[in-house]
Amino acid sequence: MSFREPHELHKRRGGLNIGVGVVLVLFVAVVFGLTIAKVSTNGFQMKPGATSGQTQSQTGGGN
Amino acid sequence: MSDATINQAGTATGEAGFGDYFALLKPRVMSLVVFTALVGLAAAPVAVHPMVAFASILFIAVGGGASGALNMWWDADIDRVMKRTARRPVPSGKVTAENALAVGLTLSVMSVVMLWLAAGAVAAGLLAFTIFFYAVVYTMWLKRSTPQNIVIGGAAGAFPPMIGWAVATGGVSVESVLMFAVIFMWTPPHFWALALFMKSDYENAGVPMLTVTHGRKVTRKHILVYTILLAPVALGLCFTSIAGPAYWTASIVLNALFLKGAVDIWRRDEPVAEAAHYKVEKSFFKLSLAYLFVHFGAILLDATLKSMGVWA
Repeated sequence: MSFREPHELHKRRGGLNIGVGVVLVLFVAVVFGLTIAKVSTNGFQMKPGATSGQTQSQTGGGN
Repeated sequence: MSDATINQAGTATGEAGFGDYFALLKPRVMSLVVFTALVGLAAAPVAVHPMVAFASILFIAVGGGASGALNMWWDADIDRVMKRTARRPVPSGKVTAENALAVGLTLSVMSVVMLWLAAGAVAAGLLAFTIFFYAVVYTMWLKRSTPQNIVIGGAAGAFPPMIGWAVATGGVSVESVLMFAVIFMWTPPHFWALALFMKSDYENAGVPMLTVTHGRKVTRKHILVYTILLAPVALGLCFTSIAGPAYWTASIVLNALFLKGAVDIWRRDEPVAEAAHYKVEKSFFKLSLAYLFVHFGAILLDATLKSMGVWA
């Protein structure tokens, strides 16, 4: 059994695959971090109407 | 087909490495985009969550890179002819034109959508317009049709600080418009100085640079006129809320030096310049790089000093 030295072409393809993989992982990390930042600051608020509307319909049903 | 035959064809038919795709995004231009956008964001009077700021700058950089890829896709034919650009990924055959287009379009859409989610519609709209302006208005239309290509096309490079400002404030203001105007007015003298000492490049490619269509004497005059017009714009920023001691000092010194350099260029005739290997033109070009970097660096420094309470 012989182990051939990886060809330059394979090295380049490998580098591209690893590079794209790293970029995708970083992208997921950025989206995750952005989500946490948005949820934990004032930028992410439930609209007052969303909850009160639900309450109104519930109470309205009782009138 | 063996690996060897794949490779022989591969280097010339798009068997690119990761670095080749990264080069497609014009990293040097992207670094300027990141810097000026960061300054616009830092100078704004509204605090931004660090993660939102980081993500926004990242997506602005990706958008700038995407427009660079679209530029390389469209301009491959003239890039091949010019010494300065012949080794770019598409003309050198490392990345195919189709792949460059795919990367450019994908990253354009992704960066605009992500910036919208991170920072809102105004910042995203400005980024989308910037990509459109650089790829379509400048690259596809103006670059090959008018010697004023650099003047109007310079707007594309001037938007990043405005986008950074919009990330923080959600809008546009006098300060961000003036930051835009500084880069817009700075671009023509910067590129025309380059065209003066890279003369054969643009001629060979048939790009109607001012040096090719109107001659070098007219170009020298235009450099002086635009430098004179740039000075009040840059100094005008001194009267806004974002300028402080660092900007006042830097702007006065740099505009004096830049005006002197432009006068020197205007007074030189071609045989003298050629005999001196365009020394004055080259030093003016280097000064133009320092001019922009120091102006925006000073705004950043003033913003930092302001946040530390050194000046109000």
